[in-house]
Amino acid sequence: MTRFRRVWTFVLALILVAVLWELYKVIGPEDGGTVFGWTILPRANDTAMPHVWEMVSRYGQPENRASDTPILVVVFQGAWFTFRIALAGLALGTAVGLGLAVLMARYKVVERGLLPYLVLSQTVPLIALAPLVVSWGGRLHVGAFEWPRWLSAAVLGAFLAFFPVAVGTLKGLTTTPPASLELMDSYAASWRQTLFKLRFPAALPYIVPALKLAATASVVGVVVAEISTGLAGGIGRLIIEYAREATSDPAKVFTAVFGAAALGLVMAGIVALVDLAGMRNRPRGATE
Amino acid sequence: MSEGATDGRANAVEVRGLAKVFNAGRADAVEALLDIDLIIAPGEFVSLIGPSGCGKSTQLRLIANLTEPTRGEVLVNGKPARRARLDQDYGMAFQQAGLFEWRSVAKNVELPLELKGWDRAGRRRRAFEMLELVKLREFAEHFPWQLSGGMQQRVAIARALAAHPPLLLMDEPFGALDEMTREHMQTELLRICRETSTTVVFVTHSIPEAVFLSTRVVVMSPRPGRITDVVDVELGPRRGVDTREKEAFFAKVTEVREALRGIQPAGIEPDIEQVVEEHP
Repeated sequence: MTRFRRVWTFVLALILVAVLWELYKVIGPEDGGTVFGWTILPRANDTAMPHVWEMVSRYGQPENRASDTPILVVVFQGAWFTFRIALAGLALGTAVGLGLAVLMARYKVVERGLLPYLVLSQTVPLIALAPLVVSWGGRLHVGAFEWPRWLSAAVLGAFLAFFPVAVGTLKGLTTTPPASLELMDSYAASWRQTLFKLRFPAALPYIVPALKLAATASVVGVVVAEISTGLAGGIGRLIIEYAREATSDPAKVFTAVFGAAALGLVMAGIVALVDLAGMRNRPRGATE
Repeated sequence: MSEGATDGRANAVEVRGLAKVFNAGRADAVEALLDIDLIIAPGEFVSLIGPSGCGKSTQLRLIANLTEPTRGEVLVNGKPARRARLDQDYGMAFQQAGLFEWRSVAKNVELPLELKGWDRAGRRRRAFEMLELVKLREFAEHFPWQLSGGMQQRVAIARALAAHPPLLLMDEPFGALDEMTREHMQTELLRICRETSTTVVFVTHSIPEAVFLSTRVVVMSPRPGRITDVVDVELGPRRGVDTREKEAFFAKVTEVREALRGIQPAGIEPDIEQVVEEHP
């Protein structure tokens, strides 16, 4: 029942945004507005803010004159391309994040030595890192393995995704109730047994929200990587291409932007499924 | 009964010259236990009672090898305490049931068997036997949060006894329960121990609880914890609702109370049982 209501509130919110958009187009200044000399009100003309129905109907029209596939298909294909890379990035980032968290939970020295660098790593701008990853990857040849271009994008997605997983999981693994740890001690359980039978399940309420952050971060990472490494075929590339036509075909870029947003939602939805599966037997309100 | 095994079996617990100092060698060193000697024969039910801060929980944790003694030795089933812990010679129950909320009741009971490497079918069978014993068979597939406090504590007892350890260590297991549930649980515990012939060391600060349950009540003084008195309770092995109304029961309650009265309460000093060692 509550799940049903959630879907409804989501749809209602979408409609509300569309209504507000159109409302602003009616009352907003055509060429933007200044308040006390600051240009803050966005321009309400059709180039900057196309009508909702124009954006929706644009999905049905072909991408350009040379093609006859509707843009919906093109955006969907782009989103699917990016989705697979982002999923790979999320998987890689989650694996690395979990691994680092376990290491840090096991050895205090590692935590003290490593954690500041993890924080530092997130201050490196992705744009600066992207060409480096591409060139490092390009030089990598292990036997028959050659570094595919999409892998650079996945690595950059993972670079953003691993951090919340590492920090969230570390917090979860180190806040295990002492009484439960003592119980495991009384059974002479090994560190490994304690990790898998107690620490991990007890950390799940920390890991799940971290995964949600990681999922969206991975999408952002891959989209930025597509743009900054010139990887073709994904939604990030579409956004850049369509943005160039913003004056002649203003609705076009929005189709790709919404595609990217939908992609983020799908990624978050996958994590929500993990949440449902992992927390199904827990008392209500154990997460969120 | 009070001076060890007579039939050639090893003593359930042997404590000799035991002492525990927290933060030893530092300015804030605290002497928790001093010169503890205690021998518990198989089949006995021994309660440790004393004002808070007398180190009774610490003594239990030393028997369980959850902390190391500063001096003296602890033997469980004739083995060093550490060996006994590694062999899972004892089960343990705490004030908080401490069930894993992500595991069903049956799975919680299976935990110690899983850690010992039992196969799935054997674990399942034993878990159901144990739940039968604590009369919670029909709750096997429920989750801990769906159970009342008393029921959770019964699951914890089933878990502690799942591997059939000869010794059960209990640290105020009924302390968080209401009086009615508590009395019921005491009767149930005696039945369970009789049926499984388990030796019990039981920490409590309730005098009637100690008298009702025990064959011997060990009275301890506050810091540094020492054994000041041992009261034998001869109320017979079968104790029920009417036991609590018997003259002999009241007499023993009075005897334990007087033994405790000779002791200065721990007063306003910090409670030593709150000194928790840092976990690795």
